[in-house]
Amino acid sequence: MLYPADVGHLLGFSLYEGLAFGFVAIGVYLTFRVLAFPDLTVDASFALGGAVAAVLIADHDVNPFLATLAALGAGLCAGLATSLLNTKLKIPALLAGILMMVGLYSINLRIMGQPNLQLLREPSIFSLTAQLLGLETRLEYRLVVAGVLAVVVFFILNWFLRTEIGLALRATGDNEQMVRGAGIDTDKTTILGVSIANGIVALSGGVVAQGQGFSDVNMGVGMIITGLASVIIGEALFRPKGVARLLLAAFGGTFVYRLVISIALRIGMRAGDLKLITAVIVIIALAIPYLQKRIRREWLPPAPRW
Amino acid sequence: MSENKSLLRLRRISKVFSKGTGDQVRALDGINLDVDSGDYIAIIGSNGAGKTTLLNVIAGVYPPENGGRIIVNDKEVSKLSEYRRASYIGRVYQDPHVGTAAKMSIEENMAMALLRGQPRGLRVATNKQRREVFRVALAPLGLGLENRLSALVGTLSGGQRQALALVMATLSNPAILLLDEHIATLDPRTAQIVLDLTDMIATREKMTTIMVTHNMELALRHGNRLIMMHKGRIVVDMNQEQKANLTIHDLVVAFERASGEEFVDDSVLLRPGNVVGTSDL
Repeated sequence: MLYPADVGHLLGFSLYEGLAFGFVAIGVYLTFRVLAFPDLTVDASFALGGAVAAVLIADHDVNPFLATLAALGAGLCAGLATSLLNTKLKIPALLAGILMMVGLYSINLRIMGQPNLQLLREPSIFSLTAQLLGLETRLEYRLVVAGVLAVVVFFILNWFLRTEIGLALRATGDNEQMVRGAGIDTDKTTILGVSIANGIVALSGGVVAQGQGFSDVNMGVGMIITGLASVIIGEALFRPKGVARLLLAAFGGTFVYRLVISIALRIGMRAGDLKLITAVIVIIALAIPYLQKRIRREWLPPAPRW
Repeated sequence: MSENKSLLRLRRISKVFSKGTGDQVRALDGINLDVDSGDYIAIIGSNGAGKTTLLNVIAGVYPPENGGRIIVNDKEVSKLSEYRRASYIGRVYQDPHVGTAAKMSIEENMAMALLRGQPRGLRVATNKQRREVFRVALAPLGLGLENRLSALVGTLSGGQRQALALVMATLSNPAILLLDEHIATLDPRTAQIVLDLTDMIATREKMTTIMVTHNMELALRHGNRLIMMHKGRIVVDMNQEQKANLTIHDLVVAFERASGEEFVDDSVLLRPGNVVGTSDL
């Protein structure tokens, strides 16, 4: 049952998750929506971020902030590999992502040396911030850390996507022909965009692993679909126009998604059913625009099949 | 750029599609062409004559085959890919959607075009100064686009998008402007606006322009040179004086004499009032 006393905690916890997993939605938004590059690397780069941060903190006593930065770097490399497979070896985007996802599973296992790595007794970006600011409750320092990171990522992306290079990146997913006509190598913009997206996703993995106190080789499973669900919910609820609002919608959509999931669990739904429900949400959201037009008997262009 | 000197030279340009199959098509068959600086060339020909393929080869969409050469300003560019040739080529396509990005604003589209062929950096792409440049470039269209710089291009009509595409293609002042039936799908009013702007750019600003069209009357009335293509070859090439007093009938006769075939493609013939954008030309 859901008690009134829980509501505050539930909202706060969902807000934290909305911020921490919001980076995944940002990564999915960058690839699927901005670049029109359906990148399935995300599942594995999320786990990669967790693995890299966990190993550096637990086994090598690296400063957690540096370890989190390293997670971001590892994600950049994963995205670089996927985009090179696509642009230079002409492997279709979907397949390139799946190949990287499968390959990275083994690499993540190698990095951690075991499927699961505990971090509860290790320092983290959360514990260090808590000490520094004298924060006591878990929720407080979680919100502070995730909030600061989200604000930093938001401002950097909101600026970057409006720069000359950022514009070229956005146009690549919109009209590749025009971008080449403007003298831009679309291979380069694709590589840059997919790398950045996976870097941000891996950053999320590193943060989440420290937040939950462990890293697991399977922690990224289904991340691509939950990210997509969050993006779609954000777009449906906030109808964003412009770069800044689209980025905020990704965080907002993740918050709503996580809140709904948390409530569903509280009122007795089985955790194992979540992935099915997420898949159904995405299917409905993707089908609605098509069905609406079918009902109005409008002509529809064929959907991209990538 | 010096006058009376060939800006663009094509030598033995061939292109075969579906080579080695039953569907083999010789789209371009050893084309030689010299384009002078400031030329305004209209290219006509029936479907499959190779007009669009010729533009594609000039733009670098496909490399020329069997040692064909493309020389711009005495520089061989045959092996440069499409995006590397962009600094000196502006292009407008038949489909307005190809030249513009729908999910970006007018000013963002124009910022992309302004930097054609230049390195891009981490400056915010639109600023006060550039917006002023965009407004000045859009104003002659008389479509009011200069007051809607932040509107998404996807919200514009096809004609507005094509007008924007033409302004964008010329914004960075490229050496060569390629127009591929760029008014064929527009309503008569917008077609006239876009055609007027084309004439202004090509005639007054002396931008070297190659315009592919299906419309004989358009080709007769606009430009200082007329080229007719047939089966991948240039069969008629007339300068300003030669085409000055020509009628469409003369053109058909010239075609039949040059190609040794009877002229059968009705779509090239003008039927007044029937062809979009020509009734008031």
